[in-house]
Amino acid sequence: VCFIPGGLDCSISFVSHVLGKVCVHGRQKEILGVLVPHLTDLTKSDCIWQRICWRLVECVPDRWMEAVVLGFVQGASGADVLSRLLGNLVVKNKKAQFVVTQKMLLLQYGHPTGVLQNLLGYLSLDSLRRALLLRVLQELLETWSSSSAVKHSPAEQQLYISKAILICLSHLKEPEIESCRQELLTSMMEGVKCHLDSSLPQLRRLGMVVAESISLKINTEGPVLKFEYEEDDETRELKSLLVQTPPFCVVPSFPDDDRSEKAPLVPESNEKPHTGAPMMADEELDAELDSDDDLTPYDMSEDKELKTKAPVYIRDCIEVLTGSRSEDMDKWEATVKALESLVRKNPAATREVSVELAKILLHLEEKTCIEGFVELRQRAQVAVLTTDPIPVAKYLTSQFYSLNYSLRQRMDILDVLVLAAQELSCPKFHGKTKHSGVQKPCIQLLPGSDSSKDWRRIVDERIKSKTRRFYMGQSHVELASRPNEFNSVAGHFFFPLIQHFDRPLTTFDLLGEDHLVLGRLVHTLAILMYLAVNTVAVTAMGKALLEFVWALRFHTDSYVRQGLLSCVSSLLLSVPTERILADMTEELLETQSWLGDVMEKDPDGDCRRLALQNLLLMENLKKKLEAVPS
Amino acid sequence: MALPPPDPQFVLRGTSAAVHTLHFSCGGPEPDIPLLFSGSENGFIHVWNLKTHRVDTALDGHGRKSVYCVETMGGKDRLLSQGRDQRICLWDLAEGRTSVTDSVFTEHVGFCRCSLLKVAQGRWLMAMAARSLEEVQILELPSKTSVCTLKPEVGAKLGMPMCLKLWQLKCDSQPVLLAGYEDGSVVLWNVSMGKVLSQLICHQEPVMSLDFDTEKAKGISGSSEKVLSIWSLNEQQNLQVYKAHELVNAGISDITIRADKKILATAGWDHRIRIFGWKKLKPLAVLDYHTATVHCVSFSDHSNPRERLLAAGSKDQRISVWSIYAQT
Repeated sequence: VCFIPGGLDCSISFVSHVLGKVCVHGRQKEILGVLVPHLTDLTKSDCIWQRICWRLVECVPDRWMEAVVLGFVQGASGADVLSRLLGNLVVKNKKAQFVVTQKMLLLQYGHPTGVLQNLLGYLSLDSLRRALLLRVLQELLETWSSSSAVKHSPAEQQLYISKAILICLSHLKEPEIESCRQELLTSMMEGVKCHLDSSLPQLRRLGMVVAESISLKINTEGPVLKFEYEEDDETRELKSLLVQTPPFCVVPSFPDDDRSEKAPLVPESNEKPHTGAPMMADEELDAELDSDDDLTPYDMSEDKELKTKAPVYIRDCIEVLTGSRSEDMDKWEATVKALESLVRKNPAATREVSVELAKILLHLEEKTCIEGFVELRQRAQVAVLTTDPIPVAKYLTSQFYSLNYSLRQRMDILDVLVLAAQELSCPKFHGKTKHSGVQKPCIQLLPGSDSSKDWRRIVDERIKSKTRRFYMGQSHVELASRPNEFNSVAGHFFFPLIQHFDRPLTTFDLLGEDHLVLGRLVHTLAILMYLAVNTVAVTAMGKALLEFVWALRFHTDSYVRQGLLSCVSSLLLSVPTERILADMTEELLETQSWLGDVMEKDPDGDCRRLALQNLLLMENLKKKLEAVPS
Repeated sequence: MALPPPDPQFVLRGTSAAVHTLHFSCGGPEPDIPLLFSGSENGFIHVWNLKTHRVDTALDGHGRKSVYCVETMGGKDRLLSQGRDQRICLWDLAEGRTSVTDSVFTEHVGFCRCSLLKVAQGRWLMAMAARSLEEVQILELPSKTSVCTLKPEVGAKLGMPMCLKLWQLKCDSQPVLLAGYEDGSVVLWNVSMGKVLSQLICHQEPVMSLDFDTEKAKGISGSSEKVLSIWSLNEQQNLQVYKAHELVNAGISDITIRADKKILATAGWDHRIRIFGWKKLKPLAVLDYHTATVHCVSFSDHSNPRERLLAAGSKDQRISVWSIYAQT
């Protein structure tokens, strides 16, 4: 396509028509792939060409405008290029404005970051367009701070909007920020609240990063909002968006010099004392004769580090832990550290006082600063639970639904139940237990971790092992077979937890505000179900779980939904096929249609994947049934 | 083959409370009885007869609040005691009396022991922590007039003064004060001008106790960490770190150098008393008798070197008395 310049009045509207028609038929890449580089070069310095280009796009009919604009935005190599090519199209043409300011930012979210940069950069480069930039920012912030959007839109869309907000912020100048400071502040406060409420850690982090960035921009002097979170690639990328290469956007870098080190005044060195005796400087003076030699040292071999001894009996431990004497802090510390091994070495003695010990441990608070206190306490609780499972499980599950416990304590109960169940169901080496996953995939329930990731890996491995029917070199050592200790207690762990979930208490409402605990509960039930494979109670557990899942299947929190889908997975994996098909056929069919729905329509990507896996597992079941000659 | 450490020569029991401070008074000529003064947590000062090993008198002057410093002023008839009731009491103990002749209200709520220095016949200077957080006040006794107040500069952030030592190089030279503070530094003050001469950061934790050898211009300080710090004073009156000695267990409550400057003793939180040679800080002995943290150690002032004793008071309510390295 080439044009003849030079004083001729030519109308290029037919070219616009052609361009538009081609683009709307889906051939944007081909035609714009050739056109855009040409135009980029031509418009670099030539104003006439720029005007020609502007006329070109302006004349595209409205019904094809969207395709053309989209193509240009995607194809341009930089914000300034886009500016040269499109000019003030967005101001003059309503459709173009809609596409650029609404459709590409709020209704679509698949565009890469580069495209976002170009788009928003383009808006910022001209004073006429900057008004649009501000409006765009306001609308983005409205979406970001709306609680229903945070709850229901997919994570990818929320990431996209966050990126757009950060890029907008990076383009804003001081006077513009001044004018909308109050609105920025209000939206930030509302938005950060919705984001922190979410059960998914990724969304919480997104909220934190964006809020920090907004706060940075509007509070140029004074304290800035700062959250504590783990940095990862995503957060680093987001933060890098705040820095723009154009000169008018400068992000203040955190000053390193407030970490001023007070250097100690004098380093340790062997300096000569002012008496000037030369032999003072040397450490090895055994050869030197001086009057100290007639002071012969006594035997000091007994001089060792002072260690407080921990009590040797379980009942002594109980006394120390419940005692209120603040004097014996050393003893208290030593007791906490030694408790787990004592419990394991004295199972008979532990059984006598198991419930009391469990009660003490559940309420134990950190009195002094011990390293790893939370882990020590948890391991002690797991030890007590595995030594005397039935009474302690009864106690813990009843406390889960009691008044006046903190959310942290309730989640601790769930963690302890899972770890103990895992220990009981794994074959142990005689005398020793391996806590960290040597054998089958270990489910580490650390506070706040996203167990759905581990879960997917576990389900994947299980599926692999089932379909191929040989084990991938995991444990070649012949383990001494022992009776499954989880068999007799699985029901005691499982059923009390599932019983009262719909009964709200004054301080604890699983179906209401405390959906985070509900999510953890659902995941816990999934794991308990998984670990109950080969136990007698597994079928009854499966039926109860399926009913539970059915009741909650439309829950709004995606973390809960992920848990429910994990429940279905573990159910399908643990309950023997014959029992599933015999006792639960109708429920399974209903579940299948629900899973199909989830797979297509659920906004959360993880939920969709889990639903798909469940459907695959169900297919496998059917195939197995058909394979067996009946 | 090193000998096992000696046992205490005798142990004084009967204070019924943790012992916080000790002071010997054995320098008097015969037929004076050698005495040991001890201050306890229950507010009593016990005067121990070192011949009979029994309490001769019990002084109650601090309203049952812990006594953490006792010193004699020129003989066993004048006693100074400091307690947690924020008072310093001056006692007259001559001829069997047990009365408080005077007292100073310090308004100090910490544990910093005061330091006495005799400047002339019948006149003493006393350094004590004052009401305001970082200040040290110097008073003249017995007139109780304030000589000066030593205030660190604004923003120095030294914290509370933890231990004090007033000294002068010769009888009529300027008195100087060494003060150990909460931030781990030791500061040398010129008392007459009220200015800082030198400051040295010796520890990362508060300085619990210090002692100074005026002849060698060398001092030692202990803290709640595992390190003993030895520092020296050069001709320009500057403090410099000389050496640091690492201990087995953390925490030192008290340090004292014997009068002949040959050995020093430390009282540890690990229930042990350690003896070191002062010249090179050679570890000489570890005396393990007490069953709780040792709060104070003190050497006696016997004129006959062979009779010299070391006493240690502990939280386990006992005072152990040792005869160690008395032959040198």
